[in-house]
Amino acid sequence: MTSATPRPSPEALLKAARQAGRGRLKIILGAAPGVGKTYEMLLEGAEAARAGRDVVVGVVETHGRADTAALVTGLEVLPRRTIAHGAHSLAEFDLDAMLARRPQVALVDEYAHSNAPGSRHPKRWQDVEELRDAGIDVITTLNIQHLESLNDVVAGFTRVRVRETVPDALLDDAEIEVVDLPPDELIVRLQDGKVYLPEEATRALTHFFSKSNLSALRELALRRAAMAVDRQMLDHVRLAGEPGLWAAGERVVVAVGDQPGADALVRSAKRLADALHAPWTALTIETSRSARLPDATRARIADALKLAGTLGATLTTVSAASVVEGVCAHLAESRATAVVIGKTRRSWWFELRHRSVVDQLVRMNDAVAVHVVPLPAAATQDRTGLPLPTIGSTGAALLMIALTTMAGLLLQPWLGPNAIDLLYLVPVVAAATLLGLRASLVASVSGALAYNFFFLPPIRTLSIAEPQNVLTFVILAGVGITAAQLAGRLRQQANVGARSATENAALAAFGQRLASVADEGGTAAVTCSEIANLLDLSTVLLLRREGRLHVAGSAPGQAVLGPLDITAAEWAWDRGEPAGRDTATLTASDWQFHPLATSLGVLAVLGISHDGRGDPLPASRRVLFATLLGQAALAHERLQLEGKAREMAALKQRDDLRATLISSLGHDLKTPLTSVLAAADALAHDVPGNPAAATLKAEGRRLARLFDDLVEMTRIEAGALAIRPEPIDLTDAVAAAVHDLGPALATHPIRLDVPVTLPLVMADPGMLHHMLINLIDNAAKYSPAGAPITVAARRDPQRLVLSVLDAGSGLPPGSPAELFRRFARGQGSDGTGGTGLGLAIVQGFADAMGLVVRAAPRSDGTGSCFAVEWPEALIRRLQDHAV
Amino acid sequence: MTPSVLIVDDEPAIRRLVRAALERAGHPCAEAGTAAEALVMAARPGCELVLLDLGLPDRDGLELIGLIKALDRSVLVLTARDATAEKVAALDLGADDYVTKPFDTDELLARIRVALRHRTGSDPAGRLQAGPVVLDRAAHRVMLRGAPVHLTPKEFTLLAELLRHAGRVLTHRHLLAAVWGEAHSADIEYLRVAMRALRSKLEDDPARPALLINEPGIGYRIVG
Repeated sequence: MTSATPRPSPEALLKAARQAGRGRLKIILGAAPGVGKTYEMLLEGAEAARAGRDVVVGVVETHGRADTAALVTGLEVLPRRTIAHGAHSLAEFDLDAMLARRPQVALVDEYAHSNAPGSRHPKRWQDVEELRDAGIDVITTLNIQHLESLNDVVAGFTRVRVRETVPDALLDDAEIEVVDLPPDELIVRLQDGKVYLPEEATRALTHFFSKSNLSALRELALRRAAMAVDRQMLDHVRLAGEPGLWAAGERVVVAVGDQPGADALVRSAKRLADALHAPWTALTIETSRSARLPDATRARIADALKLAGTLGATLTTVSAASVVEGVCAHLAESRATAVVIGKTRRSWWFELRHRSVVDQLVRMNDAVAVHVVPLPAAATQDRTGLPLPTIGSTGAALLMIALTTMAGLLLQPWLGPNAIDLLYLVPVVAAATLLGLRASLVASVSGALAYNFFFLPPIRTLSIAEPQNVLTFVILAGVGITAAQLAGRLRQQANVGARSATENAALAAFGQRLASVADEGGTAAVTCSEIANLLDLSTVLLLRREGRLHVAGSAPGQAVLGPLDITAAEWAWDRGEPAGRDTATLTASDWQFHPLATSLGVLAVLGISHDGRGDPLPASRRVLFATLLGQAALAHERLQLEGKAREMAALKQRDDLRATLISSLGHDLKTPLTSVLAAADALAHDVPGNPAAATLKAEGRRLARLFDDLVEMTRIEAGALAIRPEPIDLTDAVAAAVHDLGPALATHPIRLDVPVTLPLVMADPGMLHHMLINLIDNAAKYSPAGAPITVAARRDPQRLVLSVLDAGSGLPPGSPAELFRRFARGQGSDGTGGTGLGLAIVQGFADAMGLVVRAAPRSDGTGSCFAVEWPEALIRRLQDHAV
Repeated sequence: MTPSVLIVDDEPAIRRLVRAALERAGHPCAEAGTAAEALVMAARPGCELVLLDLGLPDRDGLELIGLIKALDRSVLVLTARDATAEKVAALDLGADDYVTKPFDTDELLARIRVALRHRTGSDPAGRLQAGPVVLDRAAHRVMLRGAPVHLTPKEFTLLAELLRHAGRVLTHRHLLAAVWGEAHSADIEYLRVAMRALRSKLEDDPARPALLINEPGIGYRIVG
């Protein structure tokens, strides 16, 4: 077995070990009372009984329904225990009677039931746990609203709160069957009086059974069952040691904004996604504001996105009018179940004007859990000053005002002075839409001044005679400013939208092309050419083979890297940080190298260069680049995982092949051996006392045992042992081993000290038999002829010990544990030695069954002692009632 | 003389050797190398017992058991040592006993004798015996070397079931179903406890059972 074989994770093994020997739990899950859970439970019970299993009904609520009662009659029903409770008495499930009866399958209705005061456990599910600990399989029923985590949710929309809840974890290792009844049918059943409701609750429950409630409950039940299956699948996968798979169902989105502390936000989203075993997405929203963000802020966003990519997130950018709108749109589209956002402390004035993003998100998303992560308050507001107007736009605005003034002077005789002011709206709005805010402000002010100077009396002065003309002036300035702002915002949004749309389309195309290639070379080529095209750069992708970086792809054309470039790329790979031009390290390189970091570590390094013309990555492209890089990293990660899966499949195939080979070899070798032994018997019959025949037979038997050892050793190493433990009487086991060894033990008297009063122990009978044969055979081999072998068993506190003691030369020097290693062997008393497999098989079987083996010198110094120990959990108390 | 034992094995060398040993012991034999051949030969009159190797080239030996039992022939199965599940399956399908390969010729002959003896049948109400133990069903009494032994009803039923098939292995499932009922056919603990009680009453040294023999993972047989 090579080290590359996947090992099951320790937690998964622990979980499986806890499950071993426990009864299985099957939960019949329903959305509401009346869907037919009890009926289904009884059907299952009857089915099991027909299949020959011992089924006993512990408690069942038939509520007087005839069809349900009819099902019960075919099954054994345990009488209930009566508990006096105040004036009346309660009939409760009799746990002790069920434990004493010890069926294979127990039917216990109403999993969430609270037991009457004075019972052993307050809750019925605890009774069920005890039944399972005793190895009894249990089938039970549960309504979805009794699940602890859903109690609040259900109470929220049904206005009915139940006090009886069961912990969610119980569903994890249970088999879940959903009894699904469409809401309409259930309502019909309710109206027909087929659903039992306690009298006092009827009114409250009428609301409960509304169609919308039932639909919601049904969805919860189905989803919960799907989740449990997912989780069990995951446990199964972990147990099988296959990495890289996770469950579906939950989906987490983290909205990365421009606030400081975005990396903390990303990390907490990662924690949430891990806890939910959910895939997650890091989302950035491009709004009109994003274009005006300073470089430092953009770099921060890009860094947070890169971190998210490293932690396994998918990266997405959405363009929208506002952050809230963008997040909501994405949540709906991606069917996310949880969103993580940051909370910053802003001024009350800002909150009043904008309403907090958190507040709006919570209001707009009913189906999504909103997780708010506190972030440090912004130290300084990163606000950009508005760009100063250029000479060009100011001049153009002034020119327009001058032209308008000339037109006004020409038209004045026909229009009169009061209409001229409207004329000035034209250059103001034109400047606003075409030239921006500053130009429109220049236009409004200069327009107002020109109007005042040329048209308002007193003409050719800047003073204003009449109050109404002041108003004209103010309105003109106001219109100019408003129009300029509106137009400016529109124009910016259109710009952002257009860019974002092309970028998103490019991103989507990039993702698709990456998905369509299935090898490293193809992925490298697509990554290089797409990023080169989108960002108008030269790109090169490097992979590591046998510790050295080599170029896997480049665009456009073949990239030539010098030793300095390679050093920078190495640095980027090793440190997981960018290196090269315009970074903090090795800036003399023409290339800027970025690591493709994933959950599997750095898988490639991408170099970008602007052919020596400045920083290849201006701040405005950083978010896009981070997104592209993240996508490329994910594609490389996918390739790696696929490769690993293929490797594992190949390994497994090889193991299977080896196991098949050895076991068929064992069979093929045994067939002639059977003939040889039969021939030896015939020879002995023809010539009684023929020593050759006796030798032939003894050696033939030894050879047969060697084959068995080889086959078993192969099974142990391939992890292909099928263990079927059963209660075993050690007297039986020892007697069978001594009997089978037969003639091999002729020279060694066997002393047995196995008290017949010992409890039974759990073990696989075949493996235990093989272990005992190997241990006794080993004792015979390493002690002189005539020396007795003692097989003794005793009950110690916390364990049961079976020892094989010989009167031989004792253990060889060195650690006793070494003896159980494969091909470890000492010098046998007859000079032949053993195969070296016997004790290794003892160890392998013991490990597989949860037993401990030890070797030690005998306490009286007359030989060695090999002991097998059963822990308390594998010892069975004896119950005499059976006989 | 009509052959009474049919040897079914695809290995001619084994067939030849087994045949020689059986005929020496007075059992005329026939041979078959495939399942198809075996079915034809087993149907011939005079055949009483089929010695069946489960690894046949044309068909799974397990499928053959039911067919041969339908012809009212005893079936003795030859299997590999590590095939516990296969042995139990064969016995539950109706095989009378099994012998592990490579086998000891004397043991094989003993098993064949036991299987053939059972074909002569015994009086269901009569006395059953194995070694020093005699069970009288009509009187509902058990004697050990002539001295009466007190058994509980379950112990009595268990002993009677073993004695009725004396020398043959009975699976755990078979014994549990016969004594405690189908519902308990997986409760091996019951069987262990009862067997321990029986041994303490019938065996000379209960720690070294000579009468009630355990077959690990398969069941028990009584020998006498």
